[in-house]
Amino acid sequence: MDASEPLVAVRGACVTLGDTRALEHVDLEIHPGEIVTLLGPNGAGKTTLARAVLGSQPLDAGEVWRKPGLRMGYMPQRIHLDRTLPLTVDRFLWLGAPEKPAQRLQALERTGIAQLAPRPVQKLSGGEMQRVLLARALLRKPDLLVLDEPAQGVDVAGQSQLYQLLSGIRDELGCAILMISHDLHLVMAATDQVICMQHHVCCSGTPEAVRRNPAFHDLFPGHSELVRQLAVYTHEHDHAHDLHGDGAEHHEHH
Amino acid sequence: MSTIELLLPPLLAGLAVALVAGPMGAFVIWRRMAFFGDTLAHGALLGAAAGIAAGVALYPSVVAFSMALALLLVLLQRQFPLPTDTLLGIVSHTTLAAGVIAVSLLPGVQVDLFAFLFGDLLAVGWPDVAWLAGGALVILTLLTLRWRELLSITVDEDMARVEGVPVTTTRILLMLMLALLIAGAIRTVGVLLITSLLIIPAAGARRLSQTPEQMAALASVLGMVAVCGGLTLSWFADTPVGPSIVVTAAAVFVASLAVNR
Repeated sequence: MDASEPLVAVRGACVTLGDTRALEHVDLEIHPGEIVTLLGPNGAGKTTLARAVLGSQPLDAGEVWRKPGLRMGYMPQRIHLDRTLPLTVDRFLWLGAPEKPAQRLQALERTGIAQLAPRPVQKLSGGEMQRVLLARALLRKPDLLVLDEPAQGVDVAGQSQLYQLLSGIRDELGCAILMISHDLHLVMAATDQVICMQHHVCCSGTPEAVRRNPAFHDLFPGHSELVRQLAVYTHEHDHAHDLHGDGAEHHEHH
Repeated sequence: MSTIELLLPPLLAGLAVALVAGPMGAFVIWRRMAFFGDTLAHGALLGAAAGIAAGVALYPSVVAFSMALALLLVLLQRQFPLPTDTLLGIVSHTTLAAGVIAVSLLPGVQVDLFAFLFGDLLAVGWPDVAWLAGGALVILTLLTLRWRELLSITVDEDMARVEGVPVTTTRILLMLMLALLIAGAIRTVGVLLITSLLIIPAAGARRLSQTPEQMAALASVLGMVAVCGGLTLSWFADTPVGPSIVVTAAAVFVASLAVNR
């Protein structure tokens, strides 16, 4: 268990969007340097929870506590940029860091796309756009990076490169990462804590502990093949760093 | 009075409106607010009628009414159970109909409805020019001071918020600036054609621009060309001036399509 003060603590968060309860009494803590993965089917409230952490989503009940002075970087799932807006990659980053041309170039170099700086944002491929979004989030020198489906629209080879990049960036900046995924493939090697959710938290803990939890299997019915792959994967993970205690908690369904 | 003396106030008034309509029209296109602009414009007619009935000067009453309508629409959008374009369609046509009725009911005053619907630029005088120049200065100053924030919420509101941009305030500022411009343009091209002066020059500028600033500036230039062309057409061919400006703007837009890039 991490004894340090959390960067963010969500307590009893409830959100209703239209007629649906998106979040029901959700608790979440993110500690410095930790990688937390939110896992769950489409429409499970993962993005709503991430937006609540960022302060973009008002809560009906509960609270979000942020460490004073916390710097957050956010990489949305996708952005809807109208074709009629002429905007190069460099100008897109300028929106986040107007007075720092050198840092903008540095961020693009770090994400491996320095050559894209003069290109119109609308002409980028899915993988290139994800790296541009990541570069803009990095410009903030964040203590916490919030990534919503970072591998969206990226092919399998590109996905593994992207995860290596993220893992390297975490090590360099020492930042915590909150990552959303609906795909069991994408629970990455370095994930410290997996939170499975379906409007409420079904189960949470280390990837290995979550794998053993029956609530996790209930959450992905008909995905036994994927669940098995994750199992193989977390098994290897245990050999690599056997530091995690058996930290899984099983939350009763409300 | 010489031709120049007669035409100078209309020309300056039209240029002031077109200058501001460039960047504002760019935002209308980028954020897909054309229908919102139409709704504010139609509502402006009701504001004008209310001002005349109350014996208040035209611009203050239309500006106040348009801004109140803009804020009301922002609030309604959140509560309304149907899609936004349905809400705007209802409000837009209801206020237009109510405005026409209100103008026709005004007792004792001869109000030219055609002038409000399609503009009456040739009738503007120096007081109008002063109002419009002041309004243009206010909008251009705000645009310059808040340019990055306005662009940032146009690209992505969540990213902007994380980066410390006051998203709601900036969005309301944009709505209020649009309401101010539309209220000012009521005598230039009239409530039915105002949106075209926002959209057509900015659309023409799109293909010729590599940056948002270029597009905004070029839209201003194209709009001012349309004002000059429309006034000239109106003067020599005795055509209604508002529609002449819009037709000229459309011709400029078509010409922009022919430019090879």
